[in-house]
Amino acid sequence: MTAKLPLRVLIVDDEAPARNRVRDLLSDCALKMPLEIAGEAQNGKRALAMLPECEANVVLLDIRMPEMDGLEVAQHLQTLDAPPAVIFTTAYDAYALKAFEVHAVDYLLKPIRLGRLFEALSHVRAVTPLRVDVLRKLKREARTHLSVNERGRIHLIPVAEIAFFKAEVKYVTVRTAEREFLTEESLARLEQEFLGRFVRVHRNCLVAREAIEGFERATGDDGDGHWVVVMKNIAEKLAVSRRQQQIVRELGKLL
Amino acid sequence: MSINQNANAGALPNFRNLGILLRILVIVSGMCLAAALVNAAGPRAWVEQLIDLSAQVQPILLASLLVLAVANTWLHRMRYPYAIAVLIAIELAVTSVVYWFGLGAFRGVGVLGRYWVFTLLVTCVLVGYFDLRGRALSPALSEARLQALQARIRPHFLFNSINAVLSLIRQDPRRAEHVLEDLSDLFRVLMADNRQLGPIAGEIELTKQYLRIEQLRLGERLQVEWDITDAPSDALIPPLVLQPLVENAVYHGIEPRSDPGVISIRIHRDRDQVQILLCNPYRQEGERHGGNRMALANIRERLALHFDAEASIRTTVTADSYRVHIVLPYLKAPAR
Repeated sequence: MTAKLPLRVLIVDDEAPARNRVRDLLSDCALKMPLEIAGEAQNGKRALAMLPECEANVVLLDIRMPEMDGLEVAQHLQTLDAPPAVIFTTAYDAYALKAFEVHAVDYLLKPIRLGRLFEALSHVRAVTPLRVDVLRKLKREARTHLSVNERGRIHLIPVAEIAFFKAEVKYVTVRTAEREFLTEESLARLEQEFLGRFVRVHRNCLVAREAIEGFERATGDDGDGHWVVVMKNIAEKLAVSRRQQQIVRELGKLL
Repeated sequence: MSINQNANAGALPNFRNLGILLRILVIVSGMCLAAALVNAAGPRAWVEQLIDLSAQVQPILLASLLVLAVANTWLHRMRYPYAIAVLIAIELAVTSVVYWFGLGAFRGVGVLGRYWVFTLLVTCVLVGYFDLRGRALSPALSEARLQALQARIRPHFLFNSINAVLSLIRQDPRRAEHVLEDLSDLFRVLMADNRQLGPIAGEIELTKQYLRIEQLRLGERLQVEWDITDAPSDALIPPLVLQPLVENAVYHGIEPRSDPGVISIRIHRDRDQVQILLCNPYRQEGERHGGNRMALANIRERLALHFDAEASIRTTVTADSYRVHIVLPYLKAPAR
């Protein structure tokens, strides 16, 4: 057994009474096990911002929250080098819970029982870490943000701000108007998740429909003419492959 | 309000109900009128025919109604098919008795058989009519949906509320008591037989109790603006019209936001109409499905059941808001 460092628990719930309830129960648990409350967050973004500093090793994470739900928060947590253990809390969601059971994802039903919470916390070190692919399976809707690990912190990139994804040799470059980031996610998976928002213009490139200013003809190195995408706010022009040429007509924004 | 009078299909009408008696009289007289019209050569002949016919029909009709009113309880204890058989037997017997003791002594009015056929025809038409009417009015049709509505009170709401109460018990036991009281009132209404109209004041109180519970959970995120100074508190509405709509507003309008949102509820009287206007913030993106449409359809149906074409419910979706507009006829609750 590893030396028993106290558990440090971060409480994430959008409803204040629910947080109070968990805090009460945690202080009950603290009488019987080494345990500290690392902090409270009322939404997913705050929780992600707090995490590296508050040094929590367990997150009690409400599933239904405004803007970013618990399942997405848990996915972003996995970009950390040592992600905390996650125990989901939920009032009622028959469909999701079945899937949770299948994938042995830990959850507590609200109202939370002291006994159940104690049990979950006692086992938390033995639980296998969450797997991103499992979390993706549990969450049916697309994420609102992508996340990258920047010097130990989780950086969130709103999907709405992403102009294009471009596959490089090993990584995929994520480009917004201001910056670019690298992600290890595959282009095919991103295309599938954000279907409708992005359109494939090339084997190695997905472009946000909203970010497209128009198309124009360009001459390649071999002297052949081909189409390129002109972006709003970004100088870089992206080549449209011969196989994807029909999208020029589909989107119909000739310059 | 006659919504519950003869509410069940597959049962005889209540022969002691004035409305039912009136309907029978009107229908039979109408049939006489038509029969006279068919037989008559001109307007004068028509009147004569009508008087003639009425003189023969009315004694049978009135005697039948008298007998049926007396036999009402007894008939209603029988199963429907037997009751109809007995009803037809009664009618034929009444016809025969009236024929022998009254009409027979009148002029030469033809054979008893003709009266039997006529009586049989009228009885069948009336039984058919009341059966159809019973079906049309029967809340049994919408009973299933009514139950669905009650089940629709989101389990999510129940469990979250209980969770909120639990959180209060240690810190603020008094407040916990109040919330539990509100919660039990709410569920009492949800589980009651909600087919009768009730005063709008009760529905407003119920909605306020519901909102108090939600307020506890959502805090300042939930802001409610009531504009009910001109609301006619004695107006009658079907129960659970306002509360489910406000629950929708909270679920779809407030819960998905992290910043505060305003639900506005305006109820006022406009001459002989009651207007209810509900508005909540709404974002089409990230919308959560389910429940919403069913609740609306259910409310629409119950309004139609109670008020027919006099009531309406309309929804308008704009870029950032969702509005529900209900118009009801102004019916006063009887003074207590």
